[in-house]
Amino acid sequence: MNLKRAVSFQPPAASLFESDTWPSRLACRNAPIGERLRPAKTSATQRLVAGCWRLTNLFGTTGTARATRILLAAVCWLGLALLASARAEDFAPVLEGRQLIFPADHGAHPEQRTEWWYITGWLTDEQGRERGFQVTFFRVGTGIGADNPSRFAPRQLILAHAAIADPDTGHLRHAERVERALDPLAGATVGQTRAWIDDWSLTLADGAYRTRIRADDFELDLTLTSDGPPQLNGRDGFSQKTPDPANASFYYSRPQLAVSGRLRLADADRTVTGRAWLDHEWSSEILPEEAQGWDWIGINLDDGGSLMAFRMRRRDGSTLWAGGTLQQGEQPTQILSPDQVRFLPGRRWQSPRTGADYPVEWRIDIADRRLSLRPLMDDQELDGRRSTGVVYWEGAARLFEADHEIGRGYLEMTGYWRRPLGL
Amino acid sequence: MNATLRHVFLASLWRRRLATSLSLLAIALGVALGLAVQLIHAAALDEFGRGIRLLNGAADLQVLGSRAGFSDELYARLAQRPEVDQASPLLEIETRLPARDEPLRILGIDLFRIGAVTPSLLPVSANPDEAAPAAGDRLDALQSDALFLSPAASARLGLKTGDRLRVQVGTRERTLRIAGTVPAAGVGQALAVMDIAAAQQTFERIGQLTRVDLRLAPGVTRALAQARLAALLPPGVAVLTPDDAASEVLGLSRAYRVNLTMLAAIALLTGGFLVFSTQLLAVVRRRQEFAFLRALGLDRDSLWHGLLAEGAVLGLIGGLLGCLLAYLLAALAFAVIGGDLGAGFFRGIAPQVRVEPVLTLIYLALGVFAGLAGAWLPAREAARMVPARGLRAGDEAEVYRARPRWGMALGALLLAALICLLPSIAGVPVFGYLAVLLILAGAILSLPGATVAAMAMLRPGRSTLWRLARTRLAAAPGQTVVAGAGVVASVALAVSMAIMVDSFRGSVDDWLTRMLPADLYLRASDATASGYLDPESVARVAALPGVAAVRPVRFETLRLGETGGAIALIARQVDAGGGLPLVAGTLQPPTGPDQPYPAWISEAMADHLRLGVGDPLSLPLGARSHPFRVAGIWRDYARQQGSVVIEIADYRALTGDTRTNDLGLTLTDGTAPEPVMTAIRATLGEQLSEMILPGTLRAMILGVFDRTFLVTYLMEAVAVLIGLFGIGTTFAALATSRRKEFGILRHLGLRRRQIGLLLATEAALSAAVGVVIGLLAGGAIALVLIEVVNRQSFHWSMDLQLPVGLLLIFSLSLILLAALAARLSGAQAMRQDAVLAVREDW
Repeated sequence: MNLKRAVSFQPPAASLFESDTWPSRLACRNAPIGERLRPAKTSATQRLVAGCWRLTNLFGTTGTARATRILLAAVCWLGLALLASARAEDFAPVLEGRQLIFPADHGAHPEQRTEWWYITGWLTDEQGRERGFQVTFFRVGTGIGADNPSRFAPRQLILAHAAIADPDTGHLRHAERVERALDPLAGATVGQTRAWIDDWSLTLADGAYRTRIRADDFELDLTLTSDGPPQLNGRDGFSQKTPDPANASFYYSRPQLAVSGRLRLADADRTVTGRAWLDHEWSSEILPEEAQGWDWIGINLDDGGSLMAFRMRRRDGSTLWAGGTLQQGEQPTQILSPDQVRFLPGRRWQSPRTGADYPVEWRIDIADRRLSLRPLMDDQELDGRRSTGVVYWEGAARLFEADHEIGRGYLEMTGYWRRPLGL
Repeated sequence: MNATLRHVFLASLWRRRLATSLSLLAIALGVALGLAVQLIHAAALDEFGRGIRLLNGAADLQVLGSRAGFSDELYARLAQRPEVDQASPLLEIETRLPARDEPLRILGIDLFRIGAVTPSLLPVSANPDEAAPAAGDRLDALQSDALFLSPAASARLGLKTGDRLRVQVGTRERTLRIAGTVPAAGVGQALAVMDIAAAQQTFERIGQLTRVDLRLAPGVTRALAQARLAALLPPGVAVLTPDDAASEVLGLSRAYRVNLTMLAAIALLTGGFLVFSTQLLAVVRRRQEFAFLRALGLDRDSLWHGLLAEGAVLGLIGGLLGCLLAYLLAALAFAVIGGDLGAGFFRGIAPQVRVEPVLTLIYLALGVFAGLAGAWLPAREAARMVPARGLRAGDEAEVYRARPRWGMALGALLLAALICLLPSIAGVPVFGYLAVLLILAGAILSLPGATVAAMAMLRPGRSTLWRLARTRLAAAPGQTVVAGAGVVASVALAVSMAIMVDSFRGSVDDWLTRMLPADLYLRASDATASGYLDPESVARVAALPGVAAVRPVRFETLRLGETGGAIALIARQVDAGGGLPLVAGTLQPPTGPDQPYPAWISEAMADHLRLGVGDPLSLPLGARSHPFRVAGIWRDYARQQGSVVIEIADYRALTGDTRTNDLGLTLTDGTAPEPVMTAIRATLGEQLSEMILPGTLRAMILGVFDRTFLVTYLMEAVAVLIGLFGIGTTFAALATSRRKEFGILRHLGLRRRQIGLLLATEAALSAAVGVVIGLLAGGAIALVLIEVVNRQSFHWSMDLQLPVGLLLIFSLSLILLAALAARLSGAQAMRQDAVLAVREDW
């Protein structure tokens, strides 16, 4: 029984070079702690970027149920981080008067905090079935790692989000990805439209956008061509979001994109065509504290024109600011002032999941025209409670004038979800 | 039968309480040691396995490099391969914490990638509630100072969210902020997680990774991906399945674990021997009683079963005691030395003792088995007895008439010698252990023959007592077997230990001399941890007054061979730096521009890679393979996985790495080390360096060595004591059964004192025979331990050294103690009236 210790003895000499039996007598208690104090936060952390409402459901839910659960729990704070974290002073402000120059401004603007290329549209397959789709690439400056030479330095994050609104499904199918910008795996190129995460991508070449998305339960491979120039919103692309011109973005749209390509749902591949809309917007700070959320529409009009309109809502539901861009047929573009845009909520739909109550039908007054908006289907809510903690509605809709359909596009409503008591 | 069982058999155990308790003790000890070892390892392996699963997550393959890592440019290339679905980069750092003993394992991860492969490593910020947006920075996990602690690390460090933790990088300090937890890491895993960019920056590892975890695209097999990806990898980087990577560590510890298990089994075997001795004596003493019972109608089977039941009850009670003791021992071991019994295999885990019903039942069954096996021969002996003859007086002498079994003994020894030539099985020296058992068996089998031969060799002498004793032993060598089997076993094991430990100590001492040539040693941290000395620090130390020369040593790891196993690389001055404890080759290889670089490999590496002196060897350094030649093979007691020494000048030229882990300082003549140490502390900072004098280090290491083996010696003493008790009880029983013989001797004129002397002489002679055979067997077992078990388990050799004086004193005192024990225990038998004793003999 005594063999035990001896044969299996690991000589303490092992510790001479490889382990830690050196006496810790050198340890001493009261050494100065060279703490690097982190810079104090400003109230800017509270400023939610309005467009970032769109960022909310960003995080991947692939993998096993367990992995998903943990992942979701873990990224909860991060999703919000993207909305509120980096200080505005780390980034260049959006100032009126800067001329947008193309094609350079099709590319990324890493000197501004937040940027997105946001495609929404309608697709029709061979059987004539209609569906809505949405593909978004976000770039978010974090203000972190500016001094870090590591290739992993998280100065910029790239997020991508895609959703299909299929009336047969009755709710949205969606998928998300997020990565730090790390060439060649993920990034957003300066000087041309090229944003990608692995095999998800959006590029602009020879006047045509191409986007490819591959998720577990759907796949998109679409070419979107435009025959018109970029539609500058606001004052030559300077889009004011509140009465304070500091809350603004650079913002242009590409309406009336002709779509052709492929959509896979479950296992069935479909050839699709359709009309889409692309927003490219970038800013450093937009949304002030008093804003509760916003409503936005982007509609391709049947006459070849387009309508973009938005309003920022206060907590009591009243309008804080509004704006829009209208082009009718071949007429010159009309920039809508705050008093020319009115959003009047109509029929409401309550989400069975979150209990949030959305006005899914609207009366929208643009200048002296009375329009109404109806959704492709009621349930186009994105439930991000378990990922980002934010819930919003983003869906395909039809625009009517005097009960005549005059266009199709997308409606976005944020800030309607109230956290139920006790959760 | 039940009443018979209770009154005749089990009650007999109670009547001879001393013998019974000795047997119980022996079995309990064997079971306790064996089960404790199993419990500890089960818990440690379980926790270790959990750690492996945690760290590997759902990875299909892992790309692994050396400790220094590999270029992170490889990561992007891997991530883009069509075979790869998900790639997750990791940078693993053993971080030295100033003013703390234990390093902390920090994993630099890509938060956005880790979830797909190892979600349990996901950090969670302390403030996930968006209701308090001003509470903190929401991008916390990406901040360069944000560290997330697992619950175990948090408990060990006594830190909570918001606290600061100082870490050492080189000889500098950085402060990290505890930003949250890694809640899914499990309770036993002490680790921390931070963003990979922050880790690269904080620990000055820009551009480096140590691991990339891969999940393969659907439909791609591991083998196919492994083959294709391997082609992309630079030398020294391997793509392994997580099982391979885990078995690297498990394989290293396997030999150690099996060793302990085997040795605990030998302890149980000794317990079986003791049961055998006491049962045999009990059977002999109760011979007439059994004959009587048989005559009264107890059938043969009942007697046989009853005696076996005695053994089984001994085994069961001993086993139960042993199991209880085992859980106590395991809990104590976890509390005091940790889950690997101090061997350093599983650092950073905190396993808990848990009830293992299957293991416990197995060891309980083994205890019962030992009791049954010990009782088997005596029971058979009793059952075979012819009742009519058994009733006659003096019949018990039949039992002691053992025949010499030279043939079987020689056969066992020969077989032992032969199987020593066989290689290990899966790194476990199975045949070495078998050989140890065979030697023990051979030694015990040779006891009767050796007793007869020894008595024949002894001169008859004049003394009546001497002649009586000699004749008695020559005529009844079985008596020596019964009394001496335990002695042989315990002496053989004690002697083999003594020889091995002495050889080991001598070799370690010599090894230390070669490895510690300098006057003073300096290091920034443990070599595996994040501290190091940069050239500037080395230069500043070298420039201090009193320092004549500095010898830098750099420690790295390499992955070699087809399996990509990790080995240790030591870059230092070789011939000029104190040399190496070579077992083959030379310290002065031929030099020249056309010559490959010289490398000195350890015995373990020579065994693993089947290399000899002069063989070419290709070492991946600085992402390229370079030609080396084996200049020598050296003895390394520190790195079981294998190690290679190269000249530090070659290392620096090939890698451009100028960091130093250990710095050996040669002081100018007449300089005391203390002022130099003070000056170094002033130069490098109080807490960021560790210094030690080689004398202190050496004394410390040998002190630990001796302390380790002190426990062994104590346990040996217990074993020898049990052996001596065995002799005592044997002779007490013998004396009782020989009352009539002593009565006649008393009638013939011998005094009571002389009969006592006769018993003592017989005991001394028996013990002497047992001790001599034990010495021989012990020597043989020591050889097997040194040449087979140690070589095959740990791949290191040692020089045989015989502690002659120690063995001599040990043997003589054992013989004297045996005589004393026999004399004392026989006293009662001699107190009886001579007339009465003879009257029994009608």
